[in-house]
Amino acid sequence: MTPLLSVENLSIGFGAAEPAVRGVSFEVMPGETLALVGESGSGKTISCRAILRILPKAAQIRTGRVILNGEDGTTILSDLSERQMRRIRGNRISMIFQEPMRSLSPLHKIGNQVSEVLWLHRGASERQARRTVMEQFERVGFPDPERAYNSYPFELSGGMRQRAMIAMAMVAKPDLLIADEPTTALDVTTQAQVLGLIKDLQRETGMALILVTHDLGVVANMAEKVVVMHKGRVMESGTAAAILRAPAHPYTQQLFDAAPAIPDEQIVGLPPSQEDLILEMKAVSKTYTMRSGRGWKGEKLIYACRGVDFKLPRGRTLAIVGESGSGKTTAARIALGAEPPDPGGEVLFRTRAGADPLTVHKMDRTQRTAFQRQAQMVFQDPFSSLSPRMRIQDAMTEPLEIHQIGTRAEQRERASEMLSRVGLNPDMLKRYPHAFSGGQRQRLSIARAMMLDPSMIVCDEPTSALDVSVQDQILYLLEELQETLKLSYLFISHDLAVVARIADEVAVMRQGLVVEQAPPETLFHNPQHPYTKALIAAQPEPDIDRPINLKLVALGAGSPDTWAEAFRFTDSVIPSLVELEPGHKVRCHV
Amino acid sequence: MAILRYSFYRFGTMLLTLLVVSVLVFVIINLPPGDYLSNQINELKASGQSAGVAKAEFLRKEYALDRALWEQYMIWMGFMPGPHGFSGMIQGNFGWSFEFDRPVSDIVGDSLWLTVLVNMAAVVFVYATALPLGVIAAAKARTWADYTSAFVGYLGLATPNFLLALILYYYGRKYLDIPIGGLMDPAFEGQPMSWAKIQSVLVHLIVPTIVIGTAGASAMMQRLRANMLDELGKPYVETAIAKGMSPSRMLAKYPLRVAFNPFVADIGNLLPSMVSGSVLVSVVMGLQTIGPTLLTALKTQDMFLSGFVLMFVALLTLIGTMISDILLVMLDPRIRYEGRDA
Repeated sequence: MTPLLSVENLSIGFGAAEPAVRGVSFEVMPGETLALVGESGSGKTISCRAILRILPKAAQIRTGRVILNGEDGTTILSDLSERQMRRIRGNRISMIFQEPMRSLSPLHKIGNQVSEVLWLHRGASERQARRTVMEQFERVGFPDPERAYNSYPFELSGGMRQRAMIAMAMVAKPDLLIADEPTTALDVTTQAQVLGLIKDLQRETGMALILVTHDLGVVANMAEKVVVMHKGRVMESGTAAAILRAPAHPYTQQLFDAAPAIPDEQIVGLPPSQEDLILEMKAVSKTYTMRSGRGWKGEKLIYACRGVDFKLPRGRTLAIVGESGSGKTTAARIALGAEPPDPGGEVLFRTRAGADPLTVHKMDRTQRTAFQRQAQMVFQDPFSSLSPRMRIQDAMTEPLEIHQIGTRAEQRERASEMLSRVGLNPDMLKRYPHAFSGGQRQRLSIARAMMLDPSMIVCDEPTSALDVSVQDQILYLLEELQETLKLSYLFISHDLAVVARIADEVAVMRQGLVVEQAPPETLFHNPQHPYTKALIAAQPEPDIDRPINLKLVALGAGSPDTWAEAFRFTDSVIPSLVELEPGHKVRCHV
Repeated sequence: MAILRYSFYRFGTMLLTLLVVSVLVFVIINLPPGDYLSNQINELKASGQSAGVAKAEFLRKEYALDRALWEQYMIWMGFMPGPHGFSGMIQGNFGWSFEFDRPVSDIVGDSLWLTVLVNMAAVVFVYATALPLGVIAAAKARTWADYTSAFVGYLGLATPNFLLALILYYYGRKYLDIPIGGLMDPAFEGQPMSWAKIQSVLVHLIVPTIVIGTAGASAMMQRLRANMLDELGKPYVETAIAKGMSPSRMLAKYPLRVAFNPFVADIGNLLPSMVSGSVLVSVVMGLQTIGPTLLTALKTQDMFLSGFVLMFVALLTLIGTMISDILLVMLDPRIRYEGRDA
């Protein structure tokens, strides 16, 4: 059987430098799914873009051939002129990208952008194209294709935009779809649904798929064949079953070890003791009023947090899990005093065991300064949370300067001490942030948070911008710091597998409400709430025998008024949080 | 229609703004001590010409300059009856120019629409040159096309306008037989509109348009290039290429559309800067626009004349911003649907 597409001995370089991709070859059979797996910088994205020659300006293809065997014979894509290439793009081979938020033009209607493919390649009139596009919209799961056709991208959610992108890629019935991290920017339940959709469409049309991803869980759910890349070379390739069951190459093995997974053991988790609480949030709510564009329409209330009660014992980790818009970040900001809660809510902080609690939002100046020394934050994006114009040394000593601690020499001493504490070389103090990788920068952020010797750190998705192997190292560092320094973490994440590893207690949030709260072992093995079940089911696992259960996902991922009756809530009717067993609370009607 | 409603709303706010501007203008022209007539009276008294003094005193009464400032404003605007009943700006009586001893409307006359014409031509010139050049410079970034257009652009920015005017007049005359100075052949001045007059105006318009528009065009070109370069790196451009679009069609449909917004918003700002910026050019080139009139009026404290000219420029600006706001709403759905339930 002839492969649909073969890439032979591909090498790509930037400028005069050493090639970034070296001697890469792979084949895709008709109707088959090939996964290109690797971490950032492995060359996986640039290799797949070289197929359609959508490359950055500086990149040049040095050697190699790309051959497409379609119904109408063999075409050597790498020999085509730019003009001939245009007839392939979007027609025979189409592509979808990582960021659905930015991959569609904000100023054109979705229908226009999708129909354009047909205008270009089929010479279709606006009316003909419209009919085909509406059919396609229905197939990718738009409840109201007519409305979707006339919507602008900013009116749709991330998942819906990615569906629109898929519709755009599929509308000309290509032989091959290249998907570059199509679900990385999506929430886990949305990811599961979008992956399911791609698979269904593939089954219907017999189209082949090249899936570029860093997530072995996604690979296990989607691919028949796998190519593992590292530093521009192919490390290992073969069938998904063979590679996922018994990785031969040490690098593949390493990727597996680093991939966090929800643990299997059936243990009953014990709720952490409630005695020495460092942070206590009582009935914290936060409501934002959003002004509607027209003056006479009145205001709209957004419930970011509703009646949140959290207790964080000293030296422990409380994780808040939820998708974007669930209110997890708002809760953390209130805990840090960055925002006041609605009246009636209260946040208490105890500097030592047995000390009188401080009310975070009613502190005077000196108390506030003292509190800020005790409570620090590590942010999600290590690239934008360090000023590019400040040397590491200045960024690190700045907190000490603000709080007027120590002499200049002592401050520097502490900075280099902290740097070695997080596993970096103190020689690096004189450098600027751009000289560091993502993982190193996140270590720097942690080191900076540690400068004031805090007792509590709020970690806002500290690993979600990092590669799996780096994520593993950062989690290890956080665990180690907690053990030696008795730190308390308020850990915010959308990734259950990360949370499973680090948390002592997990709270699952949805639309500003805690829907289930329990120690991780209990939560993962005896989840009660449909939304928790959906989150767990949607987590792609690097195990080919345990595919995502889309039915479970569908039961809990929808809006709260589609949940089973016992759990359903609306803006006005909200069931209360019920303790089913010690330490395991679920929001349901009894 | 939402846009129609918005246009009405925008028109209402424009009128309101104009009212506030009128107060400001009136305050500003009254800021210097005294007025044209009291200065004149002092001068006449000092030189002992008592005959003139009586006439000036009469004029002071006639134009209510002896009343309280707020009353003067109300009379000037036509909100309050003056010595001759309601007779102010809103009734179409723009006042008396003491310096020229003629009604303001007589003096400004033709120069009003000539100002609008010259500036409109310059705005069209700015957009017509900056758009294609900026897009080409961005699409061919860091090639000879980019460098050449950047060089020409900087040259345009750096050359003083009046110098450019002289150069263009010289060579225009020498090779193309373009007339020098003015906005029409002197024979047509004050004549009713005719085909020959329009032709004459159009030929005279060529050099002023280029001179007034060049600096604006170069600045806009550079900004458009920078904006386009930002947009070209965005993922939706990649999406368009992956669809199989040709580069020129892709550029025009996607990144240009997004990069263009600030330039629509610029229409309102271009007008006043051109009117005030072109005063010197108008003097040098002998253009019968309102700029030189404003200059004289301000220098001699000819309050009704300068007040009227300032109000006229403000009106142009406000109309410009109104047009650009309405265009923006039509062009950018994100503004149009702000607050619409998703």
